[in-house]
Order: sequence, then C-alpha cells, then structure tokens
Amino acid sequence: MSYQVPKFRHPDLPLNDLGYTKADYEGTISTLCAGCGHDSISGSIVRACHELSIEPHKIAKLSGIGCSSKTPAYFLGKSHGFNSVHGRMPSVVTGAALANRDLIYLGVSGDGDTASIGMGQFAHVARRNLNMVYIVMNNGCYGLTKGQDSATADRGSASKKGDPNIYSAIDLCGTALQMGATFVARSFSGDKEQLLPLIKAAMSHRGFAIIDVISPCVTFNNNPQSTKSYEFVREHSEATGTIDFVPMHKEITAHYQPGSSHDVTLHDGSSLRLYKADESLNPFDRRSAVAALEDHRDSGSILTGLIYINEDSRDLHEVLETSQRPLNQLDEADLCPGNKMLVNINASLR
Amino acid sequence: MKPTDIKNPEYFHKVVDCQHACPAHTPVPEYIRLIAAERYTDAYMVNWRSNVFPGILGRTCDRPCEPACRRVRVEEEPVAICRLKRVAADNKDDITDRLPTIPRKKNGKRIALIGAGPASLTVARDLAPLGYSIDIYDNQFAGGGMMRSQIPTFRLPVDVLDEEVNYILNMGVTTTFNVEVDSLKEILSKSYDAVFVGTGAPRGKGLNLPGLEDAMANVYLGIDWLSSVAFEHTRSIGKRVLVLGGGNTAMDCCRTSRRMGGEDVRVVVRSPFEDMKASPWEKADAAHEGIPIYNNHVPREFVVEEGKLKGMNFEKVEAKYDEEGNRTLIPIQDGLVFMEADDVLMAIGQENSFPWIERDLGIEFDKWDMPLVDKATFQSTNKTVFFGGDSAFGPENIITAVAHGHQAAVSIDLFCRGEDVAQRPPPHVTLASQKMGVHEWSYDNAVENDQRYIVPLAPLQKTLKDRKVEVELGFDISTGFKEAERCLNCDVQTVFDELRCIECDACIDICPTDCISFTTNGSEDDLRGRLEAPAPELTQDLYISADLPTMRVMVKDENVCLHCGLCAERCPTTAWDMQKFLYNVSQAGQ
Repeated sequence: MSYQVPKFRHPDLPLNDLGYTKADYEGTISTLCAGCGHDSISGSIVRACHELSIEPHKIAKLSGIGCSSKTPAYFLGKSHGFNSVHGRMPSVVTGAALANRDLIYLGVSGDGDTASIGMGQFAHVARRNLNMVYIVMNNGCYGLTKGQDSATADRGSASKKGDPNIYSAIDLCGTALQMGATFVARSFSGDKEQLLPLIKAAMSHRGFAIIDVISPCVTFNNNPQSTKSYEFVREHSEATGTIDFVPMHKEITAHYQPGSSHDVTLHDGSSLRLYKADESLNPFDRRSAVAALEDHRDSGSILTGLIYINEDSRDLHEVLETSQRPLNQLDEADLCPGNKMLVNINASLR
Repeated sequence: MKPTDIKNPEYFHKVVDCQHACPAHTPVPEYIRLIAAERYTDAYMVNWRSNVFPGILGRTCDRPCEPACRRVRVEEEPVAICRLKRVAADNKDDITDRLPTIPRKKNGKRIALIGAGPASLTVARDLAPLGYSIDIYDNQFAGGGMMRSQIPTFRLPVDVLDEEVNYILNMGVTTTFNVEVDSLKEILSKSYDAVFVGTGAPRGKGLNLPGLEDAMANVYLGIDWLSSVAFEHTRSIGKRVLVLGGGNTAMDCCRTSRRMGGEDVRVVVRSPFEDMKASPWEKADAAHEGIPIYNNHVPREFVVEEGKLKGMNFEKVEAKYDEEGNRTLIPIQDGLVFMEADDVLMAIGQENSFPWIERDLGIEFDKWDMPLVDKATFQSTNKTVFFGGDSAFGPENIITAVAHGHQAAVSIDLFCRGEDVAQRPPPHVTLASQKMGVHEWSYDNAVENDQRYIVPLAPLQKTLKDRKVEVELGFDISTGFKEAERCLNCDVQTVFDELRCIECDACIDICPTDCISFTTNGSEDDLRGRLEAPAPELTQDLYISADLPTMRVMVKDENVCLHCGLCAERCPTTAWDMQKFLYNVSQAGQ
C-alpha cells in the first residue's frame, strides 16, 4: 500500500499563465477505494483550476461529511479548506463568502450530504444564488456506511448486496432548478471531456452553479442492477450537446456551421460555446430545462451536459448590495464610522 | 497503432533500459533488489552468470547502463549501478560451491583460445562446463589480458583480478602462458574443432611529429607503458609528464604517472573538454589528483635540445561545428604554445593488428585489414575460426568483450554439434505477477527521492604514494542499501488487460508522471501529440491496448514511468498488474 505519491513528475508538464504545473494543484494521495469515481472528479478539478490559471490561495474548498467530502484532501493542497458538519457545508460557505467575496468557493458534497441530511441547506443556498460552485459526487448510495441506498438512488435500482430501491429518487438538477439555481449541469466522472469544461464554466459563472456528477461507487454500487454503474451510465447517458470553454483573452478560433452553436459570455469575460445535440432543450429557458429533465427520466435515459444557465444571474452579494471590499478587509474605522455618522443616520430616520 | 505485442520478449526488454543498454544484458534491477535484501552472494551470481567479472567490472566498467538509467529522465543522476555491482562482490560469501561442475568425461571436442583476456575467458567459462577441452594461449605470465596489463592496480587490485580469472582457469582449462602465438596456421594444424581469437587491439597509435626521432628515448605509447608498469619493467617517470590524448587510457596514463614520480603531469588534448572520449568520472578522478587537462591544444612538434627532449609545442585551436555536427579545429592565435616535458605518453588510440594470421587460411580481411566477422555469430570466413572482444571489430571495453565471448561460445557449441550457427537460441524469459495482497507488492515500490551517493575515496597522500593502493573504497553496506533503494525496478512491468478494464480513469488520475492516456487510436505521430503529457521521446515505445468498450485504447508512454505500481494499486479490477520480467540471454548449451 502506498501512502504517498512519488515526488517525481513528468519533466515537460505544461505551465499555466502563472508558471505552475498541474502538480501544483494536487493534494495528498487518495484513501478512497481503488477506482472510485470521486478520484476522477478530483482529477478534473485539479486540471480545471490549473488550466484556468487560478492562484491556489484564491480558492476555498469546503465539504460536509462522506466519501465525497473527504476528497478536498486529495486536490488543491495549497488552497484554503474547511471540512464542516454533515449537510452543513452551504452555511459555512455562505458565511465565508459574505466575509470574503474575493475567493472562489468550491463546495464538494455527496448525495447523502446533499439530498438527505443537507437537503434544507442545499435548497436555501440555491435559492439565495450564492456565488459558488457546488459539486455533488453522486453515487446513489452511502458508501462510507457499507452502501445503503441514498435519496438519489433510482426506483428499481439495486446495489451490490441490496434489494431494488422502492422509493422515488430526488433529482438534484430538478430540485436546483426549482429552487432558483442559475447554472445547472449534470455529468459523469468517467467523461472528463465533458466534465472539465463544465467545471471551468461553473467556476467562471457568477451565482450558484451546481454540477451533479454521477460517480460510481465501485465497491457497493457498480453492479449490473445499479443505474449508477460505469456501464449503465455510459450506455444510458444522453448529452445536451458539447461545450467548449474559452478563457478570457483567448480568441475563439474554431469554426462551425452557423446555427449549430451559441456563444455565452460569462461574468469574468470568458465565454462558453455550446453545440446543441438536443434541439428540444433550450438551456436559457428554465421551463425547457425542467421539461427536458422530465422527458429523459420518462424515457429511462440520463440527461448530461449543461442543462440551464442564466446569463443575467445576480448573486447574493449583488442582491444584498454588500460592500465591494470584502468584509474581512474592512477595519474598525470603516465598520464604526463614529457618533457623527450615527447621528446623521438617526436624523435621516426621524 | 496496432496493439503492443507484449509476448515478444524484446518489448519489455527495452523497457528495462539499463539491462537493454548493457552489451551482456545483465539483469540489473534483479541484482540491485538482491543487494537491498542483503543477499550479496545471490546478487553476485546473477552478475557472474551474465558478465563473468562482477568484481572487476564493479570497478572498471564503462557503464553503458548508467546513462540509460530511467532516473536521469526524472532527476539528475542515475543509480550508481556499477558501484552496486562492487557491493555485491565485496560482501559475497565463498561462491565455489555455486560454480558449475566440470564434467570429468569430456565431450571429445577441443577448442583453442588465443589470448586470455575477457572475451576468451568468457568463452572458456561457457564451454568448459559443457565438457569441451580448452587450451588457452597468451603471451603474458597470467590470464586477464588487458585487464591485467592496461588497467592500473589503483583501480583494479590484483587479488580481485586473480580471483575472478582463476574461477575460470580452475575449470580444468589448459593454459600456455608466456608464449606469443605467431602463427595461426600452426594452431590450426593441431586440429582443434574450433579456434577463438581474442587477442584484443594491442597496438597503440603513435604521432609522427617533427623531432620524434631525437625525442624517442622519452616518448612512449600509452598502453605499452601501462603494461610495462604493470609488469614492473618500468618503475619511474620524469617529473614533468605530458600525456597526449583524451580517452580513458590517457586518464590511466596520467594518474599512473603521478604515482611513478611525475609531479607536473598534464593531459593535453586536441578536442574541447566536452568532446573528450574519457568517461566523465575518469576525468573527475584525474582532476581530483591535481592533473590539469589542457583542451583545444593540437600537438605540433617535439622540442629537443642537445639530443634531449625539452618539451612540446602545441597549436591553440577552437572547435567549430557545421550544421551536420562535423567538427573542424581552427587555430586561434599566431605562434605555438610550449610546454616543458621530461617524458611524453601518447594515448591517442589503439588498433588491431594481425601479423600472426597467415592470409591463406580462408580468413578474409577487409580494406582496413580487419577480418570479416559476422556481427551475430562471430564466425570468420573460415568456419572453424571465431573472433571476439576488441579483435573482432576494434577497441571497445570489457563488458562488450564479455558479450562477444558469450555469443561466440554459443556459436562454437552449435558449430561443434553440427548445427546452424545462424539459428540463435531465444532468450530465457519469465513474467510473473508481484501481487501479494490487495495493495501489496513483493517489491519495494515506493520511489526514493535520495540523490546519488558518492563513493568514498582513500586519502590522496596515501594513494599517490603507492600505485597499488586502491583509490575507491566502495560503498559500505548501509550506503549500498540506500543507493540500491534508488533503483526504480524498471523490470517490474505495468501489464494491462483490456478485458478487465472498466475505464474508470483511476490510473490516469493517480499516475505521478502522466504516462497513461485513454483516447481514440491513431498513428504514432498523431497519438504522441495528444496524450495526457508530451511524449516526444521516440526511442521510448508507446504501449497500446486493443480497443476498449468505448472504442478508445489505453496508451502508455514508457518514457518516464516510475514503475511505482500506483496504477495497479488504484485499479479496481486488476486490469493493471505489476509483473516482474526476467530476461536472460541464452548461453552455450542452454
């Protein structure tokens, strides 16, 4: 058993705009089961942050409890981190984001941490459109406690030693849409080509961006009767289309037939180019997104890709009209302007 | 690209870079692991089987394995393979009971070996256990050839040499020493079943410069002078010595001069320092002994006054390279540079010479007066005469001579049994999983970050006084262990089974050096351009799987794989497995 990754790296690793290699965004060696989908998602997060040239100390990674919530130890070893209480990651992010709006907030959660114990917190953080990326590593079971069905397990799906699930599943994308999330996507841990641009786009979106990533539990839920196995997801997923993430300052060079693609400019100046595969979905229309999710569920397929994006999203800071300078940078003189100012305020209220 | 055929033993052989680079293909990682396990005798025997002279080579080898070591592709210095070999030799127990038994009843075939150097001794070692009667002829008083006459004792003590030469001479071979063979015809007339010529490249090249005739008394050919010192005919040299040449013989000459009375010893070489043929460590050893190397100096004349050598004149030059890398030396100043000298040693190269081989024996010679020898079988155009070592294709080194000896022995054995010498026997290969538990391997897969350890040296005051005091002290046991742990175990192969793979990407994510990619297939050029990390090193293969269910293939760039086993540890379905690949070149009678 290896307890650390060797120090040596490929001598020609590409450098990003900051002069860092991908290795500078890695964490410690994973202690999850071999083949866990979560590790692939960690790998995609590492690559996304490297390729976006984000300074590691400008990211805060927060999580709750569960296999998924252990992963922040395995990526972004030089970033800020907070491993919070079960299901309570959104509250901690909310507090942190209000105190320091300059960081990029990356919340990592699982299906138990989000759809069971944390359902209330999840609904409210979406509703408030907090500026964060919320990644759900969704394996449909409680892997840390021997694989019991979770609230996202599909009806009829069975884990390795279990009976078919008798309850209906919570669709986290559908819930997020209902609650007012402004960036909603679903992906698969085994499809980095799709997942990577989605993570980059989510990190560039201002507002609540959720990516529900189906991430097979190889130990308890990767059997033929499960709808969250590598094989089932590969066979049943239908992408809304493909997206290219184009960073700020980079020119779009690829040329495609007009009409088949659509460019979206994100808040930080980067842009997304969407190539639609499914003409019935309009990812700028919430009703269309909800309908597409329902249609695919009825037909037994899994809709992946970017499902909804609100280009005019106003995040919590804008809604609350908070100070542009982060709260943690305001000193006593800023926060306590003195008796004269108080008198003026009081006078204005008379 | 087509899926890689890992059943072809040459594929994984190439991945074990050190073993592949070794002319004798010694299983390097195998014996390094045995050293780490303190099994020195076993480590020695792995070497002895393959390179015959572990104690000698552990001190003197040219080390083609070390530049090939994978570690130089991820850090600065290779594993000290050569010096680890010496650790095995220094710490082994008595090995006599492990040597092959020599049959009392001979097979009736008689073989003559001309020269008792490394090539001939290897032939004897391989053939004597098979029942061949062996006669060795040499003009020196004992076996060893150039290992005895040209390698100074401060690099190779005589007792180390004697021990390993005697393992072979004690196999019941008949030796005829102190006799110069001056006619191959005479040897052939003794109706041997085969004759092996291992006479080396015995003739030193000289420089015929103005003044040489008058200076002759103080000008020597390097290799002749070295053997004269080794056999104690020469016991001193002048205080000021110029050594001409930039190869390892020049290094041996200058260092020996320092021990024979030379105080101002200089090496003067035509080429730039970087182009010198001497191994970097031999240049460093000379520098350590206070010997300056004057590069870019072309010797022009001997300066003689009153019939006595006063020194030499040199022309200072600069090397210019054209687009194809061809070098020209261009003079950079008017006039010559004078250097004083009492004696001059010329070590500018050596060549073959066969005045003793009659030209009517059916052995064809080429326009350079070299015998035509088959590169694989070492057979000459006279089917009973075989060549090996420096005498076959010109000066190389000990380990190459050993490799030649093994192959010539295979040929002689096939020839004497009436079989086709061109049908080379395949190598002995095993490939076995090293899995011991869920995440346990039977090899130490953790990668050590330690830098290369330095071999300690005896103090200069001691070594410069006596040419018989060995300079290098060798690694002690604990340093030897630490150095052995630096080995990456490149012979433990990453074997991929596409039928088991579920394409979870775990191996891609964990691989510290980004060797593994899953992508759609393409031509090699195309694939190399779109892997997880750049793969520009064309000499290193891509390992390609058959098509996976998603119609992609697994592509692994062998270049910087650390053989750490993490891909296999993180694989949920054991599609990756770490399997030890042992490759042994077939020897005579196997």
